[in-house]
Amino acid sequence: MSTTTVLAAEAATFPVLPALIVIPVVTAVIIGLLPASRADYSKLAALIGSSIAGILTVYVLWNFDAADGGLQFVSQQSWVGDLGLSWFLAVDGISLFLVVLTGLLFPVAIVTTEPHHDPKPYYLWLMLLMAGSFGAFLALDLLLFFLFFEIVLVPMYFLIGGWGHGNRVYAAMKFFLYTMAASALMLVGIVALVFLARDDTGGPTFNVVTLASQHRLSSTAALLVFASFALAFAVKVPVFPVHTWLPDAHTEAPTAGSVILAGVMLKLGTYGLIRFGLFLFPATVRDLAPVFLTLGVIGIVYGAAVATMQRDLKRLVAYSSVAHMGFVVLGIFAINSQGLTGSVVQMINHGISTGALFILVGWVYERRHTRQIEALGGLQSAAPVMAGVFTLVMLSSIGLPGLNGFVGEFLILLGTFSAAPWWAVVAATGVILAALYLLWAYQRSFHGPAEGDNATMEDLRLTELFGIAPLLILIVFLGVYPKPMIDRIEPTVDVLIEHVEDRVPDFAEDEPDRLRRAGTDGLIDAANEAHSETEEHGGTEDHGETETEAEDHGETDASSETEAGGTEAGEGE
Amino acid sequence: MVLATTDSGDVVVGQPGLVELPHIDWVLLAPFLVMALGGILLITATSVVPILRSRGFPAAFTVLTAALSAAFLVPVWDRIDGGAQSVAGGALAIDGFSVFVWGVIATSVFLVAALLDAYLRREGFDGPEWYVLMLMSAAGGMLLAASQELILSFLGLEILSIAVYVLAALHLRRSDSQEAAFKYFILGALSSALFLYGIALVYGATGSTSLAGIAGARADNPAGLNPLENSSLVLVGLALIVIGFAFKVSAVPFHMWTPDVYEGSPTPVVAFMASGVKVAGFAGMARVLWQGFGFYWEDWRPIVIVLAGLSFVVGSFLALAQTNVKRMLAFSSINHAGFMLAALQAIPSDEFVSTALAGQALLFYLLAYTVMVVGTFGVMTLVGRRGDDAHSLDDYRGLAKRRPVLAGLMAVLLFGQAGIPFTSGFFAKFRVIAATVESGAYVLAGLAMLAAVVAAVLYLRIVVSMYLTGEPVVAHAATDEVAVDDDVTGHGESDAANLDDGDGPIVLPKAAMASIIIAAFVTVLLGLLPGLLGGVLTEAADALAALK
Repeated sequence: MSTTTVLAAEAATFPVLPALIVIPVVTAVIIGLLPASRADYSKLAALIGSSIAGILTVYVLWNFDAADGGLQFVSQQSWVGDLGLSWFLAVDGISLFLVVLTGLLFPVAIVTTEPHHDPKPYYLWLMLLMAGSFGAFLALDLLLFFLFFEIVLVPMYFLIGGWGHGNRVYAAMKFFLYTMAASALMLVGIVALVFLARDDTGGPTFNVVTLASQHRLSSTAALLVFASFALAFAVKVPVFPVHTWLPDAHTEAPTAGSVILAGVMLKLGTYGLIRFGLFLFPATVRDLAPVFLTLGVIGIVYGAAVATMQRDLKRLVAYSSVAHMGFVVLGIFAINSQGLTGSVVQMINHGISTGALFILVGWVYERRHTRQIEALGGLQSAAPVMAGVFTLVMLSSIGLPGLNGFVGEFLILLGTFSAAPWWAVVAATGVILAALYLLWAYQRSFHGPAEGDNATMEDLRLTELFGIAPLLILIVFLGVYPKPMIDRIEPTVDVLIEHVEDRVPDFAEDEPDRLRRAGTDGLIDAANEAHSETEEHGGTEDHGETETEAEDHGETDASSETEAGGTEAGEGE
Repeated sequence: MVLATTDSGDVVVGQPGLVELPHIDWVLLAPFLVMALGGILLITATSVVPILRSRGFPAAFTVLTAALSAAFLVPVWDRIDGGAQSVAGGALAIDGFSVFVWGVIATSVFLVAALLDAYLRREGFDGPEWYVLMLMSAAGGMLLAASQELILSFLGLEILSIAVYVLAALHLRRSDSQEAAFKYFILGALSSALFLYGIALVYGATGSTSLAGIAGARADNPAGLNPLENSSLVLVGLALIVIGFAFKVSAVPFHMWTPDVYEGSPTPVVAFMASGVKVAGFAGMARVLWQGFGFYWEDWRPIVIVLAGLSFVVGSFLALAQTNVKRMLAFSSINHAGFMLAALQAIPSDEFVSTALAGQALLFYLLAYTVMVVGTFGVMTLVGRRGDDAHSLDDYRGLAKRRPVLAGLMAVLLFGQAGIPFTSGFFAKFRVIAATVESGAYVLAGLAMLAAVVAAVLYLRIVVSMYLTGEPVVAHAATDEVAVDDDVTGHGESDAANLDDGDGPIVLPKAAMASIIIAAFVTVLLGLLPGLLGGVLTEAADALAALK
């Protein structure tokens, strides 16, 4: 009854979610119709279009009912009736911030980066990519999701291949085929799921909510279907053994491409694991959790280790993504409230800080025409503002308490510790390693004596600073005051956990309830207060010897985090 | 074949010496008759009145014929009203399936005629024989698609094929074209012979050549007592018939002719071969296997599954080794054949509970594929330039810079063929996968998707060539920039502008462009609104089930 009224009320208002997809498409069409002599207007058009969409996401955020863990802004249209397909769009606490992140990163990427040739098709592809990304996060029809999940490959393929660096065509091909091959079997899995569940759901339907609550697949069938889904998502994330496309694609992509790839598209994988993995096949996910936890931990350590060895700054950031996304995977497969909340938070924070890192590396490359760390050095003296911004972003990526990166990793480690303590212990080393590779890279490129072109490098322009400012503000804001975000994520995560408990009869026995529902907010606040001192250290821009200190801090942070997780969980018990 | 039967199928015993002719409902046959008579009229008129041989007339006439034929489908659709009408004493079934396939064949003729016009002008050929042969071939295909009688199927198949053998050879200055036609003819004749032999064996076993008769011979006898249950005669005949069709639709391992013939034949003719001929072949195959041999599904289904599986693997992997775009697309068409075969095998059970998914999948695939493939070969016709030789991957280098519109259309069509979302190609593949999964052939479905990824490599290679590599190695880049003029081919220009001998920019004749644009538009439209054909598709697919 209440649902119907809500649906009716939604139907009467402005269809904001379809508009999120339509606006970038319309912008793309407008850009396509611009005459060749007016190609320079395409950037403006793209900026306006993406900003309108971005503002709409803020509208969604503003009107989102924080207490409601269900679907909101539901928009449903039948599409192909006889096959049970529909345009079913909605947001909940899990997808909300991913949508907002998409709405934020695109305008920022457009402002802060430039294509060096052919602006018209460049912005056209970016706009189509934006539409596809929105669609993927909003779709709750399994096939519709798959359509958007696949279609984003095309614009990204052209962006990497057309505006990338070095070995761009190879990287574009590899990216496209790798991810397409991984999701090929997913289509078979989707169809198999729908047909096998046809009798349970009363006719074929691709509606995820209906399928999740009503399908009665045998455990073998569920395992196979989940495997076909998981492969597609694991490649996208990327989870450890299938990550090899990522360094190439990220390194050769143009800056905006890297930002979107790391900030938005990787999240399609982890989002998919939650929405179409855990939600649809809770029992299978529970059974396979140790496998994925292990892979997640390997990803964290391996990504960090390989990142340490990189000579190319951009490749280093790319490998750091492997490590950070490993945390997200860890949180998901902990299957508890903290872990999942932490994963969603970490997805957002990784998008913000890695996006910002890619932008900064892009700026360094613009000025110095190299990304080789050994060719850089002493940039700080020539570009103090850039060095300051870099420090802040880097510390956020390391996961320094008080900055956004800490919140997610802390929650994930906390959740993982209560589910699988040893994995959490190993994963915590990833935090130390992150400090190692980022600070070391920073030291080599920004400190020391500046020689040659390094000494004369141009500092950040005001427009650039203005462009990246939203990300910097969020880095600090979400680090200091993550409560509004967590408040909106948690109800949905709790609903999801309840769903898992309903569907997996023996699930609740595995872990005492109170462990999973430990007060997340209190823990965060306590941790923040405890480390507020460190935060100030990181925020200020005093360099030189402090940098080694900060490294030490990183180490202590990590160990204290584990301790905090351990003690708090212990207390909970 | 029993000549004189009533609609109920009984042999009419008339007065001695008199054969009572069956009643023929001409309206129902109108689409077919328009196509066939159009061809005859065209060759007659142009022979008698030489002035009509001028280039524009035959093309316009063919386009109009195809349009008229398609227009007649509307009253026919109303007339059959979801049911089926048998015509010519039960030899032809006019039902939703026939109408749909006829529509697809007419679409193919319509689009190819426009390409042919551009091609003939450029290559300096005139003469209506190209169009006449295409109309004849299409008429044969329509016959095959509606046939309820194996002899008539054979007749349709031969009319369809012989015309295309000749078409393949019509580029008189290219020895490749002659070679292609010869290969096509030899293997085609062999397959026809096998097909005919198969019919003979089936007739020997069942005493009938009509599909209803073949099905009835098995159905009339209770199970277990049925002498035809494991009759090797029927099975050998069935196998030969399947092989005959497999040749026509170029399913592996009967595909050997395809790359050579596609490479050598005039490009617009290949467009017709890959679309119209293949559509007719698959329609005929569906009729014969589903309607005639439905009771033998357990026997032919494994064969079709193997054919489909091999077509996936060979079609996609061998395409990777090619550098000639026409050969690439030949292998891609083999890969597509695999998908259609996968739909064909997907009959859920011998009780024919529902052929709905399989039938819809097959029909949707036929339509989507026809449109995409004609568009793709249309672009290749234009890029091929005078002499029809510029088909290497290098000839596509930098096309996006030289001819952005052409490259854009090609990219849409290629992505469609690759099955990228929001193109008709995706939903065609999706429907086939759905039908295959429903039939329980999970492995085949998985293989299909993996092969589709491998096939995507070949489409991407063309896209890379067009978009992501620099200017072409040959020297036309410089001249292109001087002569950027999309309208060089407007009316009243000298023929010299049409010659396109490889030095100037690629000429874009309006008619051919219109055809390519329509193809790309339909590809996207069916990708965004895949339910557009919903009702028609359902009714057309149900027709086969209803007629079991």
